[in-house]
Amino acid sequence: MRGNQVLVKTESLKKHFPITRGIIFQQQVGSVRAVDGVTLHIYRGETLGLVGESGCGKTTAGCTILQLYRPTSGRVIFDGTDLTILKGEPLRDMRRRMQMIFQDPYASLNPRMTIARIISEPLRAHKLTSGKEQVDRVQELLRLVHLNPRFINRYPHEFSGGQRQRIGVARALASNPEFIVCDEPISALDVSIQAQIVNLLEDLQDKFGLTYMFIAHDLSMVRHICDRVAVMYLGKIVELAIKDELYDHPLHPYTQALMSAVPVPDPVVERERKRIILEGDVPSPIDPPPGCRFSTRCPVAREECFHQVPPWRDVGGDHFVACHED
Amino acid sequence: MAPLLEVQDLTTRFYTLDGIVHAVNGISYTVEEGDTLGIVGESGCGKSVSVLSVMGLIPEPPGKIAAGQVLYKGQDLLQLDRKQMERIRGKEIAMVFQDPMTSLNPVLTIGRQISESLIVHLGMGQEEARRRSVELLDMVGIPQAVDRYSDYPHQFSGGMRQRAMIAMALACSPNIFIADEPTTALDVTIQAQIIDLVKTLRDQLGMAVIWITHDLGIIAGLAEKVLVMYAGFFVERGSVDDIYGDPRHPYTLALLKSVPRVDRTSKERLAVISGLPPDLLGLPPGCPFAPRCTYAVEQCRKENPCLEPIGFGHEIACWVDVTTGRER
Repeated sequence: MRGNQVLVKTESLKKHFPITRGIIFQQQVGSVRAVDGVTLHIYRGETLGLVGESGCGKTTAGCTILQLYRPTSGRVIFDGTDLTILKGEPLRDMRRRMQMIFQDPYASLNPRMTIARIISEPLRAHKLTSGKEQVDRVQELLRLVHLNPRFINRYPHEFSGGQRQRIGVARALASNPEFIVCDEPISALDVSIQAQIVNLLEDLQDKFGLTYMFIAHDLSMVRHICDRVAVMYLGKIVELAIKDELYDHPLHPYTQALMSAVPVPDPVVERERKRIILEGDVPSPIDPPPGCRFSTRCPVAREECFHQVPPWRDVGGDHFVACHED
Repeated sequence: MAPLLEVQDLTTRFYTLDGIVHAVNGISYTVEEGDTLGIVGESGCGKSVSVLSVMGLIPEPPGKIAAGQVLYKGQDLLQLDRKQMERIRGKEIAMVFQDPMTSLNPVLTIGRQISESLIVHLGMGQEEARRRSVELLDMVGIPQAVDRYSDYPHQFSGGMRQRAMIAMALACSPNIFIADEPTTALDVTIQAQIIDLVKTLRDQLGMAVIWITHDLGIIAGLAEKVLVMYAGFFVERGSVDDIYGDPRHPYTLALLKSVPRVDRTSKERLAVISGLPPDLLGLPPGCPFAPRCTYAVEQCRKENPCLEPIGFGHEIACWVDVTTGRER
């Protein structure tokens, strides 16, 4: 599945949202550092997981990579082209090749559009097909996601949550993309429906050689679906490794705490497990702690952690970590 | 001695314009002192309605408790009038809801909301209630509880709000603590904090806990007895080791197989439960799980099986023996 060719690469990607005060003369009084220096690469054909607590910047990172938000600084290189300097028509051409599947299947489909219009929107936006050809394409897409092609004239409210998410997947596939950002595609669904969507995403990946970035907070599902996993905390990536390496030998104290917090559906294992309970909440991204961002909650923080930003270290075997601890 | 809480044949329906919703269909269970009971099921299977019925919080109309008894220390709660029920609710049986955002009153301070139940139920004076509230906030791990006492809910984070809700529920040292998916809206790290807190308090205060969730993982580490619910029925009941180690109902089995585990890697595809959860407006005749069940036989579509014991404290409602695939 996974090749060694890099499809997407980000270099110290930053996205800060300004906080302003005043009505006519707006002054910037601060900024929310949602994404603050993310460097990673995604191989063609792989699934990269991006995990972290809510508010750590996962979704913003996904949107910034797709240029739905223009980054404050840093670069996003997609198949050799720097997207951050593109504008207008050339950017539109690149956008055809990357799509997004959204978290909430109830909010991400326009209730006034028929399924045909929703799914064909990328086709019209990129002027790919029209007329009879377009109808055929929509029906083909519906078949791909295991929905009845006769549903094309129905409205979103006539579908269940799982079916709606399939429509979201069909829309993302419409323009024949190479790269899809899946932003928590299953967290709004029932347990028994989640597996259906995950299996569908896996099948489509095999069939079309898709590359996924899978944003999620369900670490068990991420272990199942991803090849490599990046852990994000307060706008920065703290650890990145091949999934089994990361889950079996987490190095960063935050990753360790996160893994230990996930309950395992097995009472025998649960009785033996040691939980690392983190104190408090994630600090505000408006005024993140100096030094290591995790230092305020870290159980093993030392003096230097509070002052010095830990370097991004390669510990071998495609495993990277940002921590002072060896 | 009578058990602390005994629910018998509880049936709750909602009379809507579209028809009658059979939300809870004759469920029975008992809770002893110090028990931890887990109720597992997907959304819309009647978990919440079953405990709201116990608490007397079903809006009537459209809801109606059509049959059954809820015996708390031998007294039927369903027969009590509003005043009598108010004396039990919050004092003897307390509940924490799923969404801490919407269950707190945004225009009252956290402290006022906690001290309210102390004043109403225990007859404390303002000053005493305030002191106790601060103690409670401190007990659930809110830092600088004295200062946070006069904060409003919007000044609290999601995890802190849920802690405040727990403090409120524990204010009168209830005998039964009902938690309705209290951690679903929270991050895993905060979820671990909350579960840890409830476990500690349970052991300290000796209260019984009823924990409702769709997350099979939480129950495995928390409960002793587990009830698996589907379409308003209990389909399997047993000790936590029975349910996870030797599940016998096809639904429990499928549910356990459809979730991946964080502690091991799997190359296999996830097992899928085909189809959709049933519509409680018109349940099919026979077993409600039959249309999605891979083991279903002729009998399953005709008659709904009752819970029957298959081992010590282990019961299933199924016509088929999943170990052989044949009818029992």
